[in-house]
Amino acid sequence: MEFGKSGFLNEDGIHVDMDRLKNGEVNLGTSIMAITFKDGVILGADSRTTTGAYIANRVTDKLTRVHDTIWCCRSGSAADTQAVADIVQYQLGLFSMQSGKPPTTQTAASIFQEICYANKDRLSAGLIIAGWDERHGGQVYSIPLGGSLHKQPYAIGGSGSTYIYGFCDANWREGMEEADAVGFVKEALKEAIKWDGSSGGVIRMVVLTAKGADRHLYLPDTDYTVRHN
Amino acid sequence: MTSIGTGYDLANSIYSPDGRNFQVEYAVKAVENGGTSIGIRCKDGVVLAVEKVIASKLLKPNANKRIATVDRHLGIVYSGMIPDGRHLVDRARDEARNHRDTFKSPIPTRDLANRMGGYMQAYTLYQSVRPFGVTAILGGFDSDLEQPVDGEVGSGPSCGGGGKVEGQKHGGPWLAMIEPSGTYWGYYGAATGKGRQAAKAELEKLNLAAGEITIKEAVKEAARIIYIAHDDNKDKDFELEMSWISGSDGPTKGKHVEVPSDLLAEAEGLARKAIEKDLEGDDEEEKDKMEE
Repeated sequence: MEFGKSGFLNEDGIHVDMDRLKNGEVNLGTSIMAITFKDGVILGADSRTTTGAYIANRVTDKLTRVHDTIWCCRSGSAADTQAVADIVQYQLGLFSMQSGKPPTTQTAASIFQEICYANKDRLSAGLIIAGWDERHGGQVYSIPLGGSLHKQPYAIGGSGSTYIYGFCDANWREGMEEADAVGFVKEALKEAIKWDGSSGGVIRMVVLTAKGADRHLYLPDTDYTVRHN
Repeated sequence: MTSIGTGYDLANSIYSPDGRNFQVEYAVKAVENGGTSIGIRCKDGVVLAVEKVIASKLLKPNANKRIATVDRHLGIVYSGMIPDGRHLVDRARDEARNHRDTFKSPIPTRDLANRMGGYMQAYTLYQSVRPFGVTAILGGFDSDLEQPVDGEVGSGPSCGGGGKVEGQKHGGPWLAMIEPSGTYWGYYGAATGKGRQAAKAELEKLNLAAGEITIKEAVKEAARIIYIAHDDNKDKDFELEMSWISGSDGPTKGKHVEVPSDLLAEAEGLARKAIEKDLEGDDEEEKDKMEE
């Protein structure tokens, strides 16, 4: 697949164009995804952060908490996406204090969207927002480069996602059990890591349900078979 | 008020030695002279009503509105100094808009009461301003549905989204009254203005906390209560204005709207009948048989 130079939405809306980054800027050449399942949502990501060809961090955490059961997967510029996630975390904290109840995933997603759209020509951020709340259950939103907001049953993103469109289309099912859903995310990311040069390292996941957030960690040493955390 | 005239009532930012702010108390006096406003919170919605004393026979009936819509699901009615109330409504609209801008969702009624309380309180702090001469009754219905984000196009995928906690109630009716001091409380029934005492007595009889009365019944009760509250002020004519807000499955579909004219007329007719009966009842002292 050919990558354009402009980095605007008119390309394919999902892939981060590495040429858009400033010289030396840290990039999340990434494989990220989030899916809905029977009890909520699962977010998953690889852990590679690069500065050009150099791996700046091999155990990055690209799954970022913005509220107790609302998290996001970050791709694109590490600095941009961290800054955006920080702002949203602040807004959601304010929301829950003011209204005395936790924010919904769509509130979180639309705050993300507002920031991404208003600053579309300055940011390179491809985000997937996933969360659980008691009113709506699990929800997944994708915010690609231009700042549009898409509600989806599952979403994949980052450079590694190109390799797993077919896999996900063939294997994702509605209302999977938790174990199956974790297995699906793991297999998809393994495939993305295998084929994508800028994805790699460990696989991290967060399972968000009524029980709260549950983190998973899988290491390449054991071919991602053993859950370490 | 024994300490009146001692100089402690001249400015907002000065307490009297016994810890009072006379400017706020005078603002309350301004409210107590205004036409009666009431709000009723029932199981399926909120009703707002106001007694508009007609100052001149040349005023066009129905043209001068006193109940304002703040957002789709929110209404405000107030007693006291009308221009102050209008400014307050403007501010409430700004606050509702601001909430939509930052959080992409309609403001919960309770949150708006909080913001308006904070706004009114600020007018009790400074030499350069006077407190609002109004007490406002704020009614709203926070959506009971799964609401899309403001600006969302389409309803998204039909699949996915597991883990919903079933059988839980979200949103619902809310009623709050904000006083010139900035104090606000949540109520089942609220009344302010000249006839508030009589209105409160009637509201208490409705036993609103039991949650049995419906919004359609509440419209009739509200009309009756305004008529009763007006009774002490009989020499002047008045006009009744009413609005209501129900849930998505109710008559207003979650919106704050005026009570339709046919229902308003019916409620007014019943109200007139009720006070006539009331007078007869007083003569005969047949209190038990007054119910319809």
